[in-house]
Amino acid sequence: MTIKVLGSGCPNCQRLEANVRLVLERKGIQADVEKVTDYAAILAYGVSSTPALVVDEQVVLAGRVPSPRQLEGLLTRS
Amino acid sequence: MKAAASAPRVGAFPAVRLGLAAAGWTGLYLAKGPVIDGFVYGVLALDPSARLGDAVHFFMLDSVKIVLLLVGIIFVVTVLRSFFSVERTRALLGGRREGAGNAMAAALGVVTPFCSCSAVPAFIGFVAAGVPLGVTLSFLIASPMVNEIALVMLFGMFGWGIAVLYLASGLTLAVLAGMVLGRLHLERWVEPFVFETRLGGQVLDPSRHLTWTERLQMGSEEVTSILGKIWPYLLVGIGLGAAIHGWVPQSFFLRYAGPGQPLAVPVAVLLGIPLYSNAAGILPLVEALHAKGLAMGTTLAFMMAVVALSLPEMIILRRVLKPRLIAVYIAVVGTGIVATGFLFNAVL
Repeated sequence: MTIKVLGSGCPNCQRLEANVRLVLERKGIQADVEKVTDYAAILAYGVSSTPALVVDEQVVLAGRVPSPRQLEGLLTRS
Repeated sequence: MKAAASAPRVGAFPAVRLGLAAAGWTGLYLAKGPVIDGFVYGVLALDPSARLGDAVHFFMLDSVKIVLLLVGIIFVVTVLRSFFSVERTRALLGGRREGAGNAMAAALGVVTPFCSCSAVPAFIGFVAAGVPLGVTLSFLIASPMVNEIALVMLFGMFGWGIAVLYLASGLTLAVLAGMVLGRLHLERWVEPFVFETRLGGQVLDPSRHLTWTERLQMGSEEVTSILGKIWPYLLVGIGLGAAIHGWVPQSFFLRYAGPGQPLAVPVAVLLGIPLYSNAAGILPLVEALHAKGLAMGTTLAFMMAVVALSLPEMIILRRVLKPRLIAVYIAVVGTGIVATGFLFNAVL
């Protein structure tokens, strides 16, 4: 699984990344976490409200930081 | 999408919790006055007529009142805002023309959930979707300028007249400034990569497919997250307000910055541009300044300059706008704020 955190490095994006890593560790999921900070790349995903989360090239969330529990749902669904 | 997700309903459990929370909030709000009176003058045995007692009382009452107001406002506003998104707004604004487009952009700028850290992708997304530059700028000006927290706090401190005045003038300013900036045809001062960026992929609208439970949950999360972020601003603001309330002589500002001083408004705006604070932090200060005779127009102009023109936001916008466009932007919005200040000093 490849997970991408889209955002310019604002506090919310960092919180999202930290939450993603937390959930992965807690659930013992193996995944590559990548940060995408380039605006053209972010917009190429159709995302214009950051932070956003891309799982296996699918945008699953944009514009907010989900709670760890919601995140767990998003990451374990696939 | 499944039918269950497109017709969200409040389950019995969140509805009951919501009712209890509302009742608790109202009880606290009504009880705060007598409780704090008793604490400051009774338990601490401070003299109500002395400066220290007065300042401590102001500080405590304002802290409790503002925190309660903020909790209520942030929760309600976040739940309402979960029905709007930058993506939906952009779709509404695509291809709009000057005038009606600017007015719509300003109104949507107030209700669309938006943090200045996503100003850049939002800006590029707007331009890529064919929203004219002036209309996009109306959105970007209205978003910080008409702050819902400031609006409700002004209502709590000065009554609905001032709150409506603030809303109307902020919207008017965003519309006019966007129209002026649009007329100047400043596209050449936008970084060229903006026009080359293409929106790709499948656009995910964050305002859709949410259940009521999720929207309410977002509301309570936002309350903790915002209070966690702004409490230092809030404490400094209320502290300064309390100090001014206790120690600055009555009508001090009437003498130096009253309606008869034509330079007061521009000076207040110039002071406000480099200052950066959250709307919630600036309001206790504004309340205390006004109580000591600072004219209402000057007070509002100062507040608008602090929240609408901030250095950090300009630095973020520098990624997409060339310095000249940023300078013109500050000049146009700043002039508008000064004009608003003069207007209100003249009519109030």
